[in-house]
Amino acid sequence: MTETRGTILVVEDEPEIRRFLRTSLATEGYRVVEAGSGARGAIDAGSQKPDLAIVDLGLPDIDGVDVIRRIRAWSPMPILVLSARAQERSKVEALDAGADDYVTKPFGVGELLARVRVALRHATRPGSGKPVLKLGKVSADLEKHVVKRDGAEVHLTALEFRLLACLAKHLGMVVTHRQLLREVWGPSHVEHTHYLRIYMKQLREKLEDDPVQPRHLLTETGVGYRLVAEED
Amino acid sequence: MSAVRPDPDALLARVQREEAKAKRGKLKVFFGATAGVGKTYAMLEDARALKARGVDVVVGYVEPHGRAETEALLEGLERLPYRHIAYRGAALRDFDLDAALARKPQILLVDELAHSNPLEGEPRPRHAKRWQDVEELLEAGITVHTTVNVQHVESLNDIVAGITGVRMQETVPDSVFERADEVVMIDTPPDVLLERLQAGKVYIPEQARNAIENFFRKGNLIALRELALRTTADRVDAAMREYREGQGIRATWAAGERLLVAIGPDEQGERLVRAGKRMATALHADWIVVYVETPELLRLSDEKRNRRIALLRLAESLGAEAVTLGGSSAGAEIANYAQERNVTRIVIGRPRRPLWRRLFQPSTYGELVAGTKGIDILVVGGGDEASALRNPFLARSRAYLGAAHPGTKRRWPGYAWGVAATALWTGLGALISPHFELVNIAMVYLLAVVLVAVRFGRGPAIATSFLALAAFDFFFVPPLLSFAVSDVQYLITFAIMLTVALIISNLTASVRLQANVAGQRERRTAMLYAMTRELAATRGQEPMARAAVRHVSEVFESQAVVLFPDAAGRIRHPRGASTPGSLRGADLAVAQWVQDHGEPAGLGTDTLPSAESVYLPLKGSQAVLGVLAVLPANVRRVLLPEQFHLLETFAGQIAIALERALLAEQAQRAQVEAETEGLRNALLASISHDLRTPLAVISGASSSLVERGERLGADERKALAASIFEQSQQMGGLVGNVLEMTRLEAGAIALNRDWHSMSEIAGSVLRRLQDRLESHLVEVDLPMELPLVRVDAALIEQVLANLLENAAKHTPPGTRITLRVDQQDDSLLVSVEDAGPGLPAGDPEQLFAKFHRGNTEGAVAGVGLGLAICRAIVRLHGGRIWAETRAEGGAAFRFTLPVEPAPRVPREA
Repeated sequence: MTETRGTILVVEDEPEIRRFLRTSLATEGYRVVEAGSGARGAIDAGSQKPDLAIVDLGLPDIDGVDVIRRIRAWSPMPILVLSARAQERSKVEALDAGADDYVTKPFGVGELLARVRVALRHATRPGSGKPVLKLGKVSADLEKHVVKRDGAEVHLTALEFRLLACLAKHLGMVVTHRQLLREVWGPSHVEHTHYLRIYMKQLREKLEDDPVQPRHLLTETGVGYRLVAEED
Repeated sequence: MSAVRPDPDALLARVQREEAKAKRGKLKVFFGATAGVGKTYAMLEDARALKARGVDVVVGYVEPHGRAETEALLEGLERLPYRHIAYRGAALRDFDLDAALARKPQILLVDELAHSNPLEGEPRPRHAKRWQDVEELLEAGITVHTTVNVQHVESLNDIVAGITGVRMQETVPDSVFERADEVVMIDTPPDVLLERLQAGKVYIPEQARNAIENFFRKGNLIALRELALRTTADRVDAAMREYREGQGIRATWAAGERLLVAIGPDEQGERLVRAGKRMATALHADWIVVYVETPELLRLSDEKRNRRIALLRLAESLGAEAVTLGGSSAGAEIANYAQERNVTRIVIGRPRRPLWRRLFQPSTYGELVAGTKGIDILVVGGGDEASALRNPFLARSRAYLGAAHPGTKRRWPGYAWGVAATALWTGLGALISPHFELVNIAMVYLLAVVLVAVRFGRGPAIATSFLALAAFDFFFVPPLLSFAVSDVQYLITFAIMLTVALIISNLTASVRLQANVAGQRERRTAMLYAMTRELAATRGQEPMARAAVRHVSEVFESQAVVLFPDAAGRIRHPRGASTPGSLRGADLAVAQWVQDHGEPAGLGTDTLPSAESVYLPLKGSQAVLGVLAVLPANVRRVLLPEQFHLLETFAGQIAIALERALLAEQAQRAQVEAETEGLRNALLASISHDLRTPLAVISGASSSLVERGERLGADERKALAASIFEQSQQMGGLVGNVLEMTRLEAGAIALNRDWHSMSEIAGSVLRRLQDRLESHLVEVDLPMELPLVRVDAALIEQVLANLLENAAKHTPPGTRITLRVDQQDDSLLVSVEDAGPGLPAGDPEQLFAKFHRGNTEGAVAGVGLGLAICRAIVRLHGGRIWAETRAEGGAAFRFTLPVEPAPRVPREA
């Protein structure tokens, strides 16, 4: 008696990887729909009504990013991309085109399932769903703009807060540099990555036990940042 | 007698000759005493027989001579179309060489080997002579049958002329005749021949009708027939000798005779050269033709000098080495040279000087006899040669005085000076006469003569001699102021004074001239040396060509250019700017011919001699590297044999230099290839080992799970699966490294630079490597405020990851690994330090070399690319990476990253 936790569409041309994904996801209770090509995937996205799509970037017929755009044109469903190592650019492109997160091949199944969980949850409840975010010793009330660490209040500048809030909105998922810069500083600042470095550093110093090895404000090198809360 | 082993060098030469011969077509000559013996007829008969046997025989050119029988024989044989040439308003039919080359039959019939091609015709024939056309055919592998009369053979030319009184203009060089593979003598008894002539069956060209009547006298015919028979017999003899030599039967091989023929500007020269040829052939000896340029001979009329040129070239074409020597005395020079060259026989002509001169100067013959020991001297008697000059004495005396030379006008100042000197000396003499003896005055005058001779040459010196004598007589010899002489002894004084003056002026002038000549020679050698030296220091084809052109154009007073073939072997005009001496508009067609055949062509050669420039091949050891084209301002600069030789020497040096450049390039390429090969092999060896191990584990573990999975316990299964996972991670890392390295090497990595924080990158790496660094104590030491750096974060992460993994792999578990970043003036210094055993022995730089592994093979896996990749990445960023041993023990790997001033971040309100 397996309650389906949702339908997942897998768009992947390698049958071996499809099989492996199907096995893992099915064991977790998801219903899996497979598509062997980008075109097929775009169609199935419409006909099968999945709750989440996993799209491989290296598809033979049409570019994975194209598939994402097509799906995004009419659906807000969460999309995870499978990318190869050292292909930061394509990851960024996919994320900017509308994907929500990525997993780099070769990947462990745990990582994938975690990301699937987060993505599905974000679809139903953006952010943590609660107004107060708990990151270890830190608690941040996003509504009241109050951040406390170990009970003591921590002062965040307006930009720092906006940054934190933006990351919290996509809790558990990666946010690209571009997205962050656009949402926090504005569209004219999308190239100013150095802002992010400075501000992330400041945030980490204020909120993390070890700013150099953060546990919550994580770096996704070459792509963006990810805010991870306790339960993950 | 027992067989003597044949000389290995000679045998080798023979083998090489035979190899070359095998590729050439064969030449079969139908040889006869005169026209009309039936050579063409025999050739055609032979051809028809061959054709009947199925051989591909084509008629290239046959002149039927109006004989019906010959015409009949032509039927049934394929004939090449004639080449129509317009020559002086008339239309000629001639042999079409290009059509023959295109048709490429097995055997081609080409009549009349000695025929001269109409050079001024349109279209211009490629070669001057038909035998040269035939040479080209033979080179192309086509066998040629042809006809030759005995009078056409070069070295026999003058003998035949002597017999018949008719000198043939068209000749075939002896070398061509000698190299023929087969010579068939067509013999017809003179009586039969005369009958044929009466019957009108012998072809006689209109112009020669009268001469031919003379020619066809029975006595002539008999003599010619004998000559033809003898020539054929000689050939047989030579063939037999060669055979015997090859078999080691050495009996009568001449013990290396060498002949020297000394020629002068007189008419005996030609006869001597031909005689030399005959003798050299008979003796199977090398022969040298020597012309000594004495100062006297330098002043010859132009006509005589041209004759000298022609003689030397004739000598060369007959197979001699033509040498010009310089010196004051012909005899002495020849004697020296002969000793040097180990000459065994010297051939000279009869002395021609009148007796009175022979009293004053020893004849060449006399000097030779005195100066040589053990060398035979042969004086060749001559016939009556008509002299072309009307008054040889006059011409000679004019030449003697230098009046016939250009620059005569310049002599006048010399005479003026002579007069002035005499006057001056007279004045001087007048001053000192009261105090000195008369004899001293005479000496003073002699001094004046010497000075004038040194400065102005022979003519003015002689004039001065007479003037001085007159002045001496007039002013100093009693009775003073008169030309009478009171004391008879003064007459003797005068005579001796005059003689001495003349001798001195002669000698001094000679010395001067000789010095000039030597100076010229030295200059030429110096120029060759200068060019060679410059070429040795030049790199690259184009600069060499430019340097060569500069030197050649200077030395030979001409314009020159070096033409190179492109990849397909076609000659192209050079690109690039032209220098003052460079020749534009060289004939590419001629140059192409030279490139293809490796033989010189153009002015002064036998091929396309009507071209304006001379084209020389630049021959490397294996191929023709290019063509040197030279357009001389003065044609004589090239036509003189020694000038031509010098030009060929220059060409040779240029070729050597070019070949050197080519070889250097090839060597470098070969080295690079070898290196790449080496690396590839190392990589393959490494990878195959390092992939096999994890693959073995993976296949082993997975097959266990597949086949025996149910029988295994859950823990066991988990362990197997874990090991599969681990090994696959390992393999992934390896493959990743290799791919990375390949991309870095191929330059395919474009840095994706952006502003990053080192602490962020460090954090990211540590998180990624969490598992692998588990076993060690990892410490991070970063200053609070670090400037941002513009780097490719993924690549720098890679570097840190490699260094940290290395540290973990090579140090014992539980020890400390420290990641430190320090700020230096304009860079960041990043270090990964460990507390392990430190660096291995040897040069730390070696660690960063590709495929280097600290301890070869064994437990530590990894292809050995990690550090090489680090170095490549750090270098791409403009930094340095190195390894050192820490004072406290353990190793430290450090690298720098340059810091640029970061853009400012606006303060928040």
